[in-house]
Amino acid sequence: MPEPAGAARHTKPTRRLHQVVIRFAGDSGDGMQLTGDRFTSQTAAFGNDLSTLPNFPAEIRAPAGTLPGVSSFQLHFADHDILTPGDAPDVLVAMNPAALKANLPDVPAGADIIVDSDEFTPRALQKVGYATSPLDSGALDRFNAHAVPLTALTTEALKDFALSRKEADRCKNMFALGLLSWMYHRPTTGTETFLKRKFAARPHLADANIAALRAGWNFGETTETFAASYDVPPATSAFPPGTYRNISGNLALSYGLIAAGRRADLPVYLGSYPITPASDILHELSRHKNFGVRAFQAEDEIAAIGAALGAAFGGSLAVTTTSGPGMALKSETVGLAVSLELPLLIIDIQRGGPSTGLPTKTEQADLLQAMYGRNGEAPVPVVAPRTPADCFDTVIEAARIALTYRTPVFLLSDGYLAHGSEPWKIPDPDELPDLRQQFAVRPNHTTDDGTEVFWPYKRHPDTLARPWAVPGTPGLEHRIGGIEKQDGTGHISYDPGNHDHMVRVRQAKIDGIGVPDLLVDDPTDDADLLVLGWGSSYGPITAAVRRLRGEGERVAQAHLRHLNPRPRNLGTVLARYRRVLVPEMNLGQLSALLRATYLKDVTAHTQVTGMPFSAERLATTLREALHAR
Amino acid sequence: MPGDPLPLVPWAGTRQSATEFKSDQEVRWCPGCGDYAVLAAVQGFLPELGLARENIVFVSGIGCSSRFPYYMNTYGMHSIHGRAPAIATGLATSRTDLSVWVVTGDGDALSIGGNHLIHALRRNVNLKILLFNNRIYGLTKGQYSPTSETGKITRSTPMGSLETPFNPASLAIGAEATFIARTLDSDRHHLVDVLRQAAVHQGTALVEIYQNCNIFNDGAFAVLKDKRSAQEAVIRLEHGKPIRFGHAGGKGVIRDTATGRLRVVPVTAGNEADVLVHDAHETDPGTAFALSRLADPHTLHHTPIGVLRQVERPDYDTQMAGQLDAAVERDGKGDLAALLAGTDTWTVKE
Repeated sequence: MPEPAGAARHTKPTRRLHQVVIRFAGDSGDGMQLTGDRFTSQTAAFGNDLSTLPNFPAEIRAPAGTLPGVSSFQLHFADHDILTPGDAPDVLVAMNPAALKANLPDVPAGADIIVDSDEFTPRALQKVGYATSPLDSGALDRFNAHAVPLTALTTEALKDFALSRKEADRCKNMFALGLLSWMYHRPTTGTETFLKRKFAARPHLADANIAALRAGWNFGETTETFAASYDVPPATSAFPPGTYRNISGNLALSYGLIAAGRRADLPVYLGSYPITPASDILHELSRHKNFGVRAFQAEDEIAAIGAALGAAFGGSLAVTTTSGPGMALKSETVGLAVSLELPLLIIDIQRGGPSTGLPTKTEQADLLQAMYGRNGEAPVPVVAPRTPADCFDTVIEAARIALTYRTPVFLLSDGYLAHGSEPWKIPDPDELPDLRQQFAVRPNHTTDDGTEVFWPYKRHPDTLARPWAVPGTPGLEHRIGGIEKQDGTGHISYDPGNHDHMVRVRQAKIDGIGVPDLLVDDPTDDADLLVLGWGSSYGPITAAVRRLRGEGERVAQAHLRHLNPRPRNLGTVLARYRRVLVPEMNLGQLSALLRATYLKDVTAHTQVTGMPFSAERLATTLREALHAR
Repeated sequence: MPGDPLPLVPWAGTRQSATEFKSDQEVRWCPGCGDYAVLAAVQGFLPELGLARENIVFVSGIGCSSRFPYYMNTYGMHSIHGRAPAIATGLATSRTDLSVWVVTGDGDALSIGGNHLIHALRRNVNLKILLFNNRIYGLTKGQYSPTSETGKITRSTPMGSLETPFNPASLAIGAEATFIARTLDSDRHHLVDVLRQAAVHQGTALVEIYQNCNIFNDGAFAVLKDKRSAQEAVIRLEHGKPIRFGHAGGKGVIRDTATGRLRVVPVTAGNEADVLVHDAHETDPGTAFALSRLADPHTLHHTPIGVLRQVERPDYDTQMAGQLDAAVERDGKGDLAALLAGTDTWTVKE
């Protein structure tokens, strides 16, 4: 086996870069997500700021070598603070003709393209409609193309291992990772440790993968194909002091739920039904039973939220996780939770819709479903995280609202946040918000004859929350249900005046939820244009705004975490700007809410491609808005 | 109490009365409804269980019978159509110290909520499910239900229902239920005897109660209730006893050795030894399944009532709690700081 790879052994010229965007692309079975994950971990360990965008088909294994089967992983890393996974790759690694063809339209002229030339066989080319090989036809002339026989080099490097041809082939992603690690001076020891752990039961595969990784590194160092390597120094100034890790949105949500349970001193109960892209949360919470977390895989979406609501009645911090179609199925139970006034978290990892839509792609089109998708007047608070790491804080905020106000709460993440990742400053658990609640333990009302009784709908004067009396509490036996009830006593009531009162009280309770004022970033304090977003568009919007400010433009920016209720100062903020642009990955849902509520003629900028906004294109839109008369 | 059948649910400590289990709400079923009898039987029998009243919860769906929780002075939830087993599953699996009861009807449990019922049964969650079967939709005013007989004339089937009804007990056996019983609203003694056995069963107990809707389907089970016809129509199952019924036990159930089917025959000196002895604890569900479908679907003659099946299988909630304990034993109580940090960290210094 060759010597371990390490940055110290670079002998070729090194060029310094501030940022790089790499895209690994291959067949679904080529291990591109793993390769991307490993490069990300190496990059995080090196201290760059980073942002990632996995992009994969809904099919588990589409036919090999076809365009629908292409899976990719894009990583943006830099020596400074960055916000997006990058618009266009500086380097494309394409493991076959399909990966090249599918990704070439995104690659700007002059970018590096590394292909596995062994895979460019007549049959593979024909499968994706290449009459002649793009390696020979001049189609790659405007790029800096490197045709590398990755398969043959990997097989050769592993010839002393007793591997089948298929096993050897499957190591070529590690060869590619080794080569890219050399190119960008990434430390590989973490990946070697990872491989030893992953293949602990089959050490010869661990050794083979490590050998392929080192061979790839050495190939970069020794061959003339690559004249130089690149150095992207750590982003020291981008990060406040502290201990960091890399984290994806779904992992941050899972950890946030466990942390919220701890801080509320309540057991966490998840009711869930598998659905892309939310299933990771079910998987993750299922692994942490030693935190007292109960993760229940239900028979359907309805049972999943039903079980969660039952657990909420019993005093758990209850949560259900889903995506758009599942959220539609849960609607009736959300309405029941509104009527029962019990705390419940509903996490919707939005994906392309309607119906099954685009299961593995991203969209923000469930906002109005969360706001209004129920029968009757059924107000529910809605919050949305803005980055993968922000999922942690946002789910804790959702838990605070649910527990304090005894209400279901929606958290709207999306596929982009769910799978994307970024560095995260690991919080001190003791400094997280205190979410402890008091269960009711004694009667709360005295009747005219002096009897002490328990009224399940006697409200807290400030929050309008009703008491949470859990079964097992003597003397507080009571019945709740979806039928309209008399405020206070909770008895069934069909009285017209009482219904009108209850509808208004439930609305007032949600409207009265305390949320922080909206902060506006307006450096010159005299901008004409405000860009207002919500959820995962934060990264691209912020990157676009920075570009414009770099050009000397005056632009204000604000981003909503609380969609319902919205910050008290939002109306004032909107009134302050002559023009307000609202970029959304839907057809203008927040814009519609803003227009209806604040009578402000905001401009919607919409995109529903299943992909996040490109910062560059968004900057162009902003530029046009600024200069439009 | 001997045997301590529900070890995790606390005892009342003092003697309870039926009055304590009555809520202050006025009961609003139609006069003459079979639900009154079931309510009185449940309120009358719960005190003898001796469980702390505050640890008993009734969860219901939608329908006439689903108003039941409002009349019980326990914890209760009147939820939404068909979902009571799912909601009760969340409650029972998160709180092993509760005795959780589901009250449902033939439309609620078998039509809109069929999926939740079968999955609760196969999981064997600690739920006692009382299925009030009146073979009609009452609250929506008289449409056919999934247990209505084929050809039933109702407001939505003026030319007769085209559907084959469910046999709830057969369905439950197919869904891997560990406890299945059938009883009658009007037979208080039998009803209470069945409820008593259901209450102490570890896991899901399904009790199908033939209940009369005197408004929309009056007399649906009259043949089982009239003293004279019942003698020939009702087969009372008792574990360990030969399955005999009719005047002076003159009829019995035997197994046809050629086909394996169950048959009703007059008992004679010659065949008396062949009369089937009811074994509710038999793990093979074959005989219980055959018994569940012994009745003539049109006349209801030869309807077995009582506990058809009661077998032991670990319940879901105890096992779920067990996995949590095992995880703590294996990995220690969760350390939040360590979890958040993970294994790949780096430090940025001042």
